[in-house]
Amino acid sequence: MEFHVTVFSALSALAYLIVGPFAGGLLAGVDRKITAKMQGRYGPPILQPFYDVRKLLEKEAVTVNNGQDFYVMCCLIFMIVTGVLFFSGENLLLVIFTLTTATVFLVIAAYSSNSPYAQIGAERELLQMMSYEPMVLLMAVGMYMVNHSFYVRDIVTSDALSLKLLIGVFIGYMFILTIKFRKSPFDLSMSHHAHQELVKGVTTEFSGRTLAALEVAHWYENVFLLGFVFLFFSNGTWYMAVVGVVVCLLAYFLEILIDNAYARMKWQFTLKSSWLMTIIFGGVNLMLLYFFKAFGIV
Amino acid sequence: MSYVTKSPWVIHYDGSSCNGCDIEVLACLTPMYDVERFGIINTGNPKHADVFLVTGSINEQNISVVKQRYEQMPEPKIVVAVGICATSGGVFRECYNIKGGVDTVIPVDVYVPGCAARPEAIIDGVVKGLGVLAEKQARMAKLSGSAKTETATDTEQEPDEAIEVRYYGKVDEEPAVGASGEGKGEA
Repeated sequence: MEFHVTVFSALSALAYLIVGPFAGGLLAGVDRKITAKMQGRYGPPILQPFYDVRKLLEKEAVTVNNGQDFYVMCCLIFMIVTGVLFFSGENLLLVIFTLTTATVFLVIAAYSSNSPYAQIGAERELLQMMSYEPMVLLMAVGMYMVNHSFYVRDIVTSDALSLKLLIGVFIGYMFILTIKFRKSPFDLSMSHHAHQELVKGVTTEFSGRTLAALEVAHWYENVFLLGFVFLFFSNGTWYMAVVGVVVCLLAYFLEILIDNAYARMKWQFTLKSSWLMTIIFGGVNLMLLYFFKAFGIV
Repeated sequence: MSYVTKSPWVIHYDGSSCNGCDIEVLACLTPMYDVERFGIINTGNPKHADVFLVTGSINEQNISVVKQRYEQMPEPKIVVAVGICATSGGVFRECYNIKGGVDTVIPVDVYVPGCAARPEAIIDGVVKGLGVLAEKQARMAKLSGSAKTETATDTEQEPDEAIEVRYYGKVDEEPAVGASGEGKGEA
């Protein structure tokens, strides 16, 4: 790897480390404001998520067991590592596996508490992982087929516009993004809205500092999830980079709209619909792409 | 200014009321009043909550429930008794199964009388309670320097003066707010 590429990777990873949580928190604040406007309410200040986290840091530390806090911290650390790997242009597969590790730590943290609400939340979190994981992997495969590399830095700088050949994969990814953002109708394991049947699902037993760590992890996560969206639009030119960022924001708005328009579905629907979308849009897209490549059409 | 006053998360419990006050508590969340603009979230989880809103009087069966919910809330926390039943027992006071107001079981910081308490009064009660919350936070921060583990027991004490929020008559009238905590507990 050339020297300037290394420096650029390190700088963008550093930028993510510092700017990431602010961008994620701001997104969450805008989310709450837009949601309120959609419901005809005035809504909280844009900086409300930051106030919430600051308050949680000030609260008394109450924990069910010592292991729980450790697992949540691991979740936060692995989430940050995932983002750093992504923004430093590393292997997409490695990014996806680290993301899975982070989520697994969250599940373990929820399981460790012995609270029935947290445990059912953890089970649902596992079901959600089962639902979105195939699509995420297919996305990585698609990216390789188009750009001939799993490395994010190659995908971003390659002059092939991934969206052109991966439109089906893009639709499939947008579908599972609802699960990853924890939005209705797929906010089974934990919802940001009050009065869910599981109290607060996986986060039921977390409070204070632990809950704050999880919230920050969620901010970090949202930023690089939108980064995946950006990958579909990058072809090494500056104007497509602008288009990519705009589409990321539009994608987030779409998720907010979906969140407000749908009620929570059962896990059966989540699993069936997301696998169906994965096969129809992701699978068929990749199959066609394979044949096009075999016959030399693209 | 402590950040706890900027995002007070509320948990609501109905003791044994006629549901009038509960409906008014929920009315606070509607677009008409929208308490989320103050950062207030109605959470269903005591471990996430800062403000404990209790409506209705305490009966023999829910004493343990109210106590447990209160104990599960991490410090700093406040209790707001909403409606006359939660304040003193109200019309149910003489019933054989009624213990009395909320303060017979857990320390109450703000009393919001009324039958039913108006949404404006409930919001005002929570906002008044934020002062107490900030005070407790400051005390906790001071104590955490010396002995971190003892904060919980120290801040649990009832403040010297409980606050009462009164709303009578029309909504646009100036509320008569007075600190009249005395005579609450001995009902």
